[in-house]
Amino acid sequence: MERPVTLNINGRSHTVQVEPRALLVHVLRDTLNLTGTHVGCDTSQCGACTVLVDGQAVKSCTTLAVQAEGTRITTIEGLARGDTLHPLQMAFWEKHGLQCGFCTPGMILTAVDFLAQNPDPTDDEIRHAIEGNLCRCTGYQNIVAAIKSAAATLRAGNAGAAA
Amino acid sequence: MIPTSFDYVRAGSVREALGLLALGDGTKVIAGGHSLLPMMRFRLVQAPKLVDISRLEELRGVQEYKKGLRIGATTTYAELARHPLVRERCPVIAEVAADIADIQVRNRGTIGGSLAHADPASDMPAVMMALDAEFQLRSKKGGRRTARAREFFKGAFVTDMTEEELFTDILVPGMGRNAAVYVSFDSAASGYALAGVCASIGRKRATISDISVAVTGVAEVVFLAGALERMKDTKCDAAVLAAAAKEAVAGLEIAGDVHAPSSYRRHIAEVAIIRAVERAYQRAGA
Repeated sequence: MERPVTLNINGRSHTVQVEPRALLVHVLRDTLNLTGTHVGCDTSQCGACTVLVDGQAVKSCTTLAVQAEGTRITTIEGLARGDTLHPLQMAFWEKHGLQCGFCTPGMILTAVDFLAQNPDPTDDEIRHAIEGNLCRCTGYQNIVAAIKSAAATLRAGNAGAAA
Repeated sequence: MIPTSFDYVRAGSVREALGLLALGDGTKVIAGGHSLLPMMRFRLVQAPKLVDISRLEELRGVQEYKKGLRIGATTTYAELARHPLVRERCPVIAEVAADIADIQVRNRGTIGGSLAHADPASDMPAVMMALDAEFQLRSKKGGRRTARAREFFKGAFVTDMTEEELFTDILVPGMGRNAAVYVSFDSAASGYALAGVCASIGRKRATISDISVAVTGVAEVVFLAGALERMKDTKCDAAVLAAAAKEAVAGLEIAGDVHAPSSYRRHIAEVAIIRAVERAYQRAGA
């Protein structure tokens, strides 16, 4: 039985009619047309569907939309500030952290959560952090470089803000 | 795939959740959903109704309990991994939590949900058995009940819980002189343990005064390896340990599958036992 659910996505409130069994990823893509969130494996493995729920990276294919009511959801569409890309988006561009781009939204959103917890990670820590995000093109090397570069940019930005 | 249709209720209180479970209509509990939702999506599980307990504050968080810990059932792995009290009092729980699956799963997956789910390859049941933890369960008719971890796991995905019961808390005793270490060999594909071993060891100088070793991932159900008790009153002699580890898995029926044949699983289980015991022994002496 469908019911109204209000979701706060990228700072905007959306009320949608959903069944309790509707997965968050399907509501994002099919109901709200936010197709930057991808479905890769559909079995909670690949991380392409990763979004932020209250700042935490979450697999939206393993979350019911009804469970997300009252939370703040951020998808890849909500990361840039107007025309200014998020430092992670810039770094993936500059370091060639993508080829086909399918895994990129999930990679970036996982990295947002990770860098909030660990602002100055080693390469090894970055590799562990993206354990739940599969990339079939790059061999991960440039993704690690991109996250490391973004970490430096974010640290510099925070230092600037604190000064 | 998407799950079969179900009704959903976000519980406003534990009492409300217990009332719904007491109806006995097949209602299932959801918190993080990282065990339940994948199974519902494969349609291995169907439920007419889900009661969501994830926002009940009284089921969440970590407190001091005697010299140990009280851990709320809906505390996530991410919370356990960075919790100062867990890291201080019982570091093995924080270490295991930090290594489960990936960031996204740790953000949602809850310790109580995983224990109640009782996957025979999950890590935390072995830790709870080695530490001799207790689980608190509640139901509308039966009130509160405490179940010892060592008597809780009955088989693959089968526990001592009834369908009307809610898993509310975990009580972990103080470590005393003991130190614990968990060692696992994981399937590269699933991340689940092919063999996982938690050893908890107490020492008096160089001599082992207390030892508990639990093994997951290998058999139909997590188990306490009694053979390792012969390490007591020894100085962790390598030959005795190797023999005890062999004996611990000798009589087991171990199923092979696409990830590893039976003989390989038996071998790595022995290796995991030896490494966990050696490292717990070192840590207890540090």
